[in-house]
Amino acid sequence: MLTNRSKQVVKREMTWLERAYFPAILSGMAITFKHIFMRKATVKYPEQTREFAPVYRGQHVLKRDEAGAERCTACGLCAVSCPAEAITMTAAERQKGEESLYREEKYASKYEINMLRCIFCGLCEEACPKEAIFLTDRIVPSTFERDSFIYGKDKLVEPKDQPVDVSKRQTPAVLAFKNDKKHKHNRTFLDKVLPKAKHH
Amino acid sequence: MDPLIIKAIIVLIVFAITLLIATYSTYAERKVAAIMQDRVGPDRAGPMGLLQPLADAVKMFMKEEIIPSVSNKWLFILGPCIAMLTATMTGVVIPWGGPITIGETTFDLQITDLNIGILYLFGVVSLGVYGIMIGGWASNNKFSLLGAIRASSQMISYEIAMGFAIIALVMTTGTLSLKEIVLQQDAGFANVVYQPVGFVIFIICAFAETNRAPFDLPECETELIGGYHTEYSSMKLGFYLFAEYINMFISSAVIASFYFGGYNFPFQHELANALGMSANALSILQVVMFFGKIIFFIFLFMWVRWTIPRFRYDQLMNLGWKVLLPLSLANIFVTGIVMWAMGKL
Repeated sequence: MLTNRSKQVVKREMTWLERAYFPAILSGMAITFKHIFMRKATVKYPEQTREFAPVYRGQHVLKRDEAGAERCTACGLCAVSCPAEAITMTAAERQKGEESLYREEKYASKYEINMLRCIFCGLCEEACPKEAIFLTDRIVPSTFERDSFIYGKDKLVEPKDQPVDVSKRQTPAVLAFKNDKKHKHNRTFLDKVLPKAKHH
Repeated sequence: MDPLIIKAIIVLIVFAITLLIATYSTYAERKVAAIMQDRVGPDRAGPMGLLQPLADAVKMFMKEEIIPSVSNKWLFILGPCIAMLTATMTGVVIPWGGPITIGETTFDLQITDLNIGILYLFGVVSLGVYGIMIGGWASNNKFSLLGAIRASSQMISYEIAMGFAIIALVMTTGTLSLKEIVLQQDAGFANVVYQPVGFVIFIICAFAETNRAPFDLPECETELIGGYHTEYSSMKLGFYLFAEYINMFISSAVIASFYFGGYNFPFQHELANALGMSANALSILQVVMFFGKIIFFIFLFMWVRWTIPRFRYDQLMNLGWKVLLPLSLANIFVTGIVMWAMGKL
């Protein structure tokens, strides 16, 4: 009685017409015939795609800055935040002459995401202090080999000539929220130490 | 032309068309199932998926052929052979269209007009159960055996009611030749007008004879894995499945010839006169109309399959023995009384 949808059931003998099956069969066939003209639920996938949510979380991208240098500094916060432990990386120091390739002094010489482990939660994107990693509306394609699901920098870093649009996920509001020091999780060690240092 | 050559050509054409229609029935089945469930169905192989049967055939041929070591090898191979052979043999007596004249020779679009055509048809269809029975028995598998037992008891049960339905039809038409039956319907009304109850009984029994839903107990996946063809693989399985579709095609043709005027259609001679068609053109139009009727009945088979759930086994036997058999006997009786009252007996 919680839902007020319960109905009193009456068990009675079927009438002759009901026992003869035919009316029931014919009405059933009328129903299936009606379905011939109904809209099909199928989305013919490779040709058509279902409309994605604007904040859909699909395959990751490692962004470049305006000059085309990689933003990632291999700080490892994404790997730490990853609940599925899908991200591994190796850091390296930027050499002289590589300034156009890497934005800061440290960069990821190897950056791998295991797409079979990844749960596409987006915590890496949330953790990233350099606006380097984003999830996009691209779908990770299926293949036959497990090895091919480990995406290295060749697949993750956006090509210089075709930047990947992440404006839907990186709206100004999101950016402002991420940099708002009022929130505890946005304060770094320096934010805690520096005001005190000033004090003394 | 030599009549023998003409016959050979007709045999070949009928055989080819039978196989073609059966092939595309598998495609149609999947399409009909899909659209009735608001899906699209096969659409990848070729335009609209029209090459799907071809892909299926290639798949069937390429699959590994497994003969269980505990099976009776010869009977195991014989099963699908009989199923396929009897299925293709039934098309012999069906008249596909009116006479066609080429030069001086006139020939019927029928392989042979047996004067006991109905009896022949009935005999060959009854033989079909041996394919299933032998296959199920030779597999040496309890699911196959159960399926085979179900198939044979079901076919025997429903053949009786089917036979009685046909007896009433034979009483009104007075002939066992299919050509005669079809020609009579050209002169008068279609037999369904005289034998509505007989038609209903016949079509129900036809569903049971072809092992189609709602009478597909011999191969019901949920209870018996695959029924009699559980152990079959590769093209031997393909033959069983194919034989079912051929049987469906022939059953549709038989229903159309028995009860719906065969290749005749209403006002055909008026139409031919009005358009000034030659006899040959009319015959070809008749063939087209006949295939239209057949395709409608094949669609009906599929329509019913994707609408109605399967009978329980005791319900199946109750329907066969307690409902259809008395009903068909009453139909014979009433037919006899009406004919006697009208002075036709």
